[in-house]
Amino acid sequence: MDGAAPLFHMEGISKRYGGVRALEKADLSVTAGSIHAILGENGAGKSTLIKVMAGVVAPDEGRMTLDGREVTFASPAAANQAGIVCIFQELSLIPELSVADNIVISDPPKRFGMIDRKAQRRIAEQALARAGASDIHPLALVKDLPLSRRQMVEIAKALARKPRILILDEATSALTAADVAKIFGVLKRLREEGLALLYISHRMNEIAELADQCTVFRNGRNVASYAAGSKSDNEVVELMIGREYSHIFPPKPVRHQPGAVPVLEARGLSWSGRLDNISLSIGAGEVVGLGGLDGQGQRELLLAFFGVLRGLSGQILVDGKPVSIASPAAASDDRVGMALIPEDRKTEGLMLPMTVRENLSFAALDRLSKAGVIDRGAEQRLIDDMVGLLAIKTAGLDIPVGALSGGNQQKVVIAKWLMRQPRIILLNDPTRGIDVGTKQELYQLMRKLADAGAAILFYSTDYDELIGCCDRVLVLYDGAVKRELVGAEITEHALIASALNIHGESARSESVVKGGAA
Amino acid sequence: MKDWRYWLAEQRGTLLAFAIFIVMFAIYSANHPAGFTANVVQTAANKGVLLAFVAMAQTLVVITAGIDLSVGMIFTLTNCMASWLVIGTGLETAFGVAAVLGTGLICGAVNGAIVIYGRLQPIVATIATGAVYFGLALLLRPVPGGSVNEDLADFLTGRFFGVVPASLVALFVAVLIVWVPFSRSELGRAAYAAGSSETAAYMSGVPIRRGKFLAYTLAGLLAAIGGLFLTFFTYTGEAAYASGNAYTLFSIAAVVLGGVSLFGGKGSAIGAIFGALAFRTIGDLLFVFDFDPLWQPLFQGVILLIAVSLGAFALFRVRNRLEWFL
Repeated sequence: MDGAAPLFHMEGISKRYGGVRALEKADLSVTAGSIHAILGENGAGKSTLIKVMAGVVAPDEGRMTLDGREVTFASPAAANQAGIVCIFQELSLIPELSVADNIVISDPPKRFGMIDRKAQRRIAEQALARAGASDIHPLALVKDLPLSRRQMVEIAKALARKPRILILDEATSALTAADVAKIFGVLKRLREEGLALLYISHRMNEIAELADQCTVFRNGRNVASYAAGSKSDNEVVELMIGREYSHIFPPKPVRHQPGAVPVLEARGLSWSGRLDNISLSIGAGEVVGLGGLDGQGQRELLLAFFGVLRGLSGQILVDGKPVSIASPAAASDDRVGMALIPEDRKTEGLMLPMTVRENLSFAALDRLSKAGVIDRGAEQRLIDDMVGLLAIKTAGLDIPVGALSGGNQQKVVIAKWLMRQPRIILLNDPTRGIDVGTKQELYQLMRKLADAGAAILFYSTDYDELIGCCDRVLVLYDGAVKRELVGAEITEHALIASALNIHGESARSESVVKGGAA
Repeated sequence: MKDWRYWLAEQRGTLLAFAIFIVMFAIYSANHPAGFTANVVQTAANKGVLLAFVAMAQTLVVITAGIDLSVGMIFTLTNCMASWLVIGTGLETAFGVAAVLGTGLICGAVNGAIVIYGRLQPIVATIATGAVYFGLALLLRPVPGGSVNEDLADFLTGRFFGVVPASLVALFVAVLIVWVPFSRSELGRAAYAAGSSETAAYMSGVPIRRGKFLAYTLAGLLAAIGGLFLTFFTYTGEAAYASGNAYTLFSIAAVVLGGVSLFGGKGSAIGAIFGALAFRTIGDLLFVFDFDPLWQPLFQGVILLIAVSLGAFALFRVRNRLEWFL
C-alpha cells in the first residue's frame, strides 16, 4: 500500500435475506494495480459482497464509492458501465449462442443499427487470445463446449468489456491445470496494466501465488485484512472457520485383506474413443481415487458404471458376478446398489424448486413404499437419520432446496443417495465450490461409509483431496489408466507427474484441443 | 472445424425445412394436371403466405422461450378490421392499412407488456388476450361481410411480370424489413439470449425486457400483415373462431417443422416460413392424388410427426444418455 486513494471503497454494507444476515456492516477497499483475495467459508458473505459490487443485489444499508464518488448500481449492466465486471461462479454464458455472440453480448459492435459480425468476430478472437484460449473457435456454440472451455470463454468475455475492476468468483474451479497457469499469467498482466482484481478462491496455493492483499470474511463481516504472505495457511484457515483447524482428513485405516472378491470390478471398459480399455477393482472398505488432468475420461468412467453411456464395451462385475447396467435406475437397484454423486448438483443432483424432504426421498421412494403408497413414518425416520448424520443445516424440511447454501445442497445430494444404503458409491468431484468446514465433514463421511463396507470411487480435481482421502489413486490420461498409485506413493508430485508426463508439452496441448472439440 | 461447418450446424433446421418443402412441392407440381406453371405457383403461394406470416409471428415469440396463442386471433381481428378500413381512395386505403398494422403492433405490445411486466406465463396471458381480440373481432363483424380495396387486393395477390407471385414478394419484403434487422439487432440477440438462458442473460447485462417486448410486438405486426392478406384474398372480414384457432395451432406446427426450438433461443423465421409452406403443401398433395379432403388433418398430423422425428434422429446417435435431456 503506497497510501494512494482506493479505486473502490465500500463501508457499512449490510444485507439480509429474510431472517438471515448475509452481510453485517462489511467494509472493503480495492486499490488499482493489485490483486485482492477474499477468503471465507461458504455462507461467510463473500458471494453477497460480490453481488452487491456487481449490481446484482442492492444492499440494505451502507455506501460505495468509486474514484471517491458515491455510486449505486441498479443492475449488472449499470455496474458494467462503471467498469466493474464479475466472472460469476454460476456461469453467465448463453448456451444456444456462439462463443463470439457471448463475448460481445453486453455491448455488441454495431453498423447501421445492426450487429457487425465481422467486428464481433475480431473482438472475440482478440479476447480469446488475451485469455490464452485461442483453441476455442468463435463460431462454436457454447452448449457444445465442456465446462473448462466455457470457463475460459467466460474469462474472455469479461476481458472484452475492458473492466477497471475485475472480480473472479471461484473462476478457476472448473479449469485444467494448464488453463489455470495461463489465466494466472493473464491476471498478473492485468495487474501490471493497472486493473484492480478481486479474487475469490478456496484454493490456498492459488491465493499464495497471486494475491497482494487478503481479506477474510466470517459471518458476514470482514474479520481481518493483511498483506499476502504475512500469515501462515493455518492462521488463515483459523480466521476463516473461527476454530482450531487440524486433521482435515480422517486417518486411513490399514488396508484390508487382499484376495477378497472386489465389490466393483471393471474389465476392459471402452467407449466411443473416450474410454480406452479400463480395468480396475475396488474392494469393500476401499476408497479409490481417480486422478489426472480434467477431462481425461474420469467423468465418463463414472457414467459408464452408472449405466448412462450407450455402446459401452467390456465387462462390469459386482461381487464377482457380471452385471449389465442399462440405466441409472438399474444401477441403483438393490442388486447392484450403486449411487452416483454428480458433479453438477443443480441439474443432475437436485430439483431446486422442490422441498428438501422431496429431494431427499426421490431416490429411495421404491424402498419406502408399500404397494405404491409411501410410508410417511418410515420416510420421516430415514430423513431424520440423514439430516442428523450429515448435519444438514436447513430452516426446515419443507423449504425449497434451492434456498440452502452450496455446501448444504451438496449434503442433500449425498444424503439422498445414502438413503438407499448403497454399497458402491461413485463421487464426481463432490467438493467443488464447497467451504472447508463442509469439505472436512464430507471426507469424514466418506471414510465412515468405507469403514461400514462401501466401495468408493472418488473423482476429484483437487490433488490434496486425493492424497488425503484415497487408499489408491488411478491416474487417467486420454481415457486410459496411466498409473496406479498406492498408499504412500500418492503424493502431489507423483499425481502431477503421472498426469502430465506422457509425451511432455505437445501431448498436453493436444489433450486441451481434444477437450475443446468434444 | 471450418467456419462453414459451424454455419451449417446453425442452419440445419432451416435447411431441413427447406428440403422438406422442395421435395413436397416437386411431387405436387409434377403430379398437377397443369404442371409447374405460374398459375400453380401463384395459387400455392397465396395459400401458403397466410400461414407463413403467422408462423413468422410465432417464431419471434418462441425464440424468447414463450408461446403466443393469440396470433390466430390477432390475424382474425385484423382481418375484420381491414374489411372496414382498407377501402376507398388511395389515401383512405393507406390510412386503413396503417391502422390495421398499428392494431397488430398494439395487440403484440399488450401481450408483451402482460408477459414481461405482469410476469404472467405466456401461455396463460395469450389465451386470455386471444379471447379478448376475438371478442373485438366479433364486435366488428358479428356476421361475415365488408369489402376491401380490390385494386390493391388484386395487385398484391396477382403476379409481377406475369410470373412472380406478388404475395411471395410481400413475404420476402417482410423478411427483409422485419426479420433480418430483428435477428441482427442487439435487441434481437437479447430475445435469443433470454430464450436460451434468462438468468445468464440478466447477469450479462443484456436488455432482456426490451428484447422480449420487441419480439412480442413484432409478432403482432406480422400476424396483422397476415390478416391484411387474408382480406385481400377473401375480399371480406369474418370473425371465424375455428379458423383463428387453427392458424394458432398450425403456426406452432410450422415453427417446429422449421427447426425452431420450443425451448427457445434457437431457430429462424426463415425456417418457420418453409415449415409453413410445407405444411400447406400437404393439403395440395392430397388434392392432386384425389384424396378426400377429410383426410387432410390426419395427413398433416402424420407429416408433422415424421418431420419432428427427423429432428429427433440425432438422439439415436447419442451415446451418453444425459444428452437426451439437454
